[in-house]
Amino acid sequence: MIKFEQPVLSINNLNKQFGKGCPSCKGSNEDSLKKNYCPVCGTVYACQNIMFEVYAGEILGVVGESGSGKSTLMQCLYFDQEVSSGEAYISSYKDGKTDVFAESSQQKRYIRNHMMGKVYQNPLLGLRINFTSIGNIAEKLIAAGNRHVGKMEARGKELLEHVNIPIYRMKEAPKNFSGGMQQRVQIAKALSNNPPLLLLDEVTTGLDLSVQASVLDLIKTIQRELQITVVIVSHDLGVIRMLADRTMVMLDGRIIEQGLTDQILEDPQHGYTQHLVQSLL
Amino acid sequence: MEKILAIEHLSKTFVIHNLNKHIEALRDVCIDLKEGEFVGITGKSGSGKSTVFKCIYRTYAPQQGCIWYHSKKFGLINLAELSERQMIYLRKYEIGYVSQFLNIMPRTTARELVKQAVLEMGYEEERAELEAVKMLEHFELDQELWDCYPGTFSGGEKLRLNIARAMVKRPRLLLLDEPTASLDPASKLKVRELIEQLKREGTTMIGIFHDIEFMENLCTREYTMRDGKLADLEL
Ligand SMILES: Nc1ncnc2c1ncn2[C@@H]1O[C@H](COP(=O)(O)OP(=O)(O)OP(=O)(O)O)[C@@H](O)[C@H]1O
Ligand SMILES: Nc1ncnc2c1ncn2[C@@H]1O[C@H](COP(=O)(O)OP(=O)(O)OP(=O)(O)O)[C@@H](O)[C@H]1O
Ligand SMILES: [Mg+2]
Ligand SMILES: [Mg+2]
Ligand SMILES: [Zn+2]
Repeated sequence: MIKFEQPVLSINNLNKQFGKGCPSCKGSNEDSLKKNYCPVCGTVYACQNIMFEVYAGEILGVVGESGSGKSTLMQCLYFDQEVSSGEAYISSYKDGKTDVFAESSQQKRYIRNHMMGKVYQNPLLGLRINFTSIGNIAEKLIAAGNRHVGKMEARGKELLEHVNIPIYRMKEAPKNFSGGMQQRVQIAKALSNNPPLLLLDEVTTGLDLSVQASVLDLIKTIQRELQITVVIVSHDLGVIRMLADRTMVMLDGRIIEQGLTDQILEDPQHGYTQHLVQSLL
Repeated sequence: MEKILAIEHLSKTFVIHNLNKHIEALRDVCIDLKEGEFVGITGKSGSGKSTVFKCIYRTYAPQQGCIWYHSKKFGLINLAELSERQMIYLRKYEIGYVSQFLNIMPRTTARELVKQAVLEMGYEEERAELEAVKMLEHFELDQELWDCYPGTFSGGEKLRLNIARAMVKRPRLLLLDEPTASLDPASKLKVRELIEQLKREGTTMIGIFHDIEFMENLCTREYTMRDGKLADLEL
């Protein structure tokens, strides 16, 4: 197949396990594991041989049932978790020729602060819930090297406005906010350093339908305006259908199928995906 | 004239795992399309017409056979082997598809929908607005509806919008899956006019139509499908 563009992010053979493994599961095939879990030693093989690429301006969807490894994958991409093995290349970092997983933690922090934004499934992980909203954004701006207080405040206001958080509430802590507002503050924070890559983990889960809709619209608008690259994890196929150009399906830590989103929805190949799509219709 | 599309021995069987069922939808289908042609496909319900289109557009995963397409960007390529990224590119710039059933983005107004199609191609906001308005006017979509959500539109209004969205991009190859099925005679005529105009401009088109009358004088050639296969060539 011809390649006509360089991926923004390229993942090669990513593995993440929780636990040391034992003779019964180490290097074994999937048969000796119960799903992604070793019944002998309790090791969880949360991500197995994950390979994919994401391209500029694209939205890549990741779907899969609870426990299939979606959040773990996102945590690995954002360096919240150390991978067990595997490589990652980011086009804006050293021309995409250096495996960022192998870089020092200082370099990783640099990459995260300058080239990535993330919205966590759980706002408690993504925000300092007792800081002010604008303070949360400033934290990320400072991490990205900003020092000018006035500029940071202006940028923070601009971002909060963008995600429809009233400016008069910017000095309030997110702990007083509704779930949808917290997610929107997370989005503002994630966008503050103009990242080429945005990672979204279940941004709409637990929100009521109309709030979900407004968060989705917001993501769609921001993505179109800023032409950023997005990886969005959701177990909700409706979300994926609305946002993603391409979609990967995860099951028990593996990618079992990936393709154009309409193809995944209309002509799913794997039995599990067919089951998933059936439950949507 | 040069061939723009050549489908060779296309077969497609759907496997429904949990029912342990195999549905053979296409078998050994061969279809040719020269540049500037407008080819029609007819056939009974369930004969596989839409499946052919969805294989071309890659909404259905490729299985057996080749779909040769002469791309402006990539040259001669097999759509059945193309990377997803390249297909996304072609959908943006070269191949348009008006589906039989409308899938419209929620909470996007009619105007935005058509505009977005132009913006996708990298045009400026103003140009997009201009083209969108021109297209909405052409299809005589009531101005009051332009800034409404299409969810509430009538079947015919939705359809006209759907066609406007595909046609505004002026694709080189346009797939029309029953673009007139639920339209009143006046709207049908509008679609016909636009097809004629696109034909004059050199757009290559392939269309599925139920009413043979509509196809007459419009199509250069016609294929008929029966049970997933091509029936003998007519016309
Ligand atoms: N820190 C950890 N320690 C041990 N096991 C973990 C840890 N984090 C995740 N796991 C396990 O890894 C597997 C994948 O979890 P993960 O959170 O990635 O799933 P998910 O696909 O995001 O699910 P959900 O849709 O419920 O959010 C699960 O079996 C989980 O129990
Ligand atoms: N995604 C799918 N999964 C399973 N079977 C399918 C799928 N799409 C089409 N089929 C089957 O393939 C056959 C051909 O369907 P297709 O939609 O191509 O017919 P058609 O000629 O377009 O009919 P109509 O005129 O009613 O639109 C049918 O038997 C249909 O049930
Ligand atoms: Mg999760
Ligand atoms: Mg059909
Ligand atoms: Zn073990």
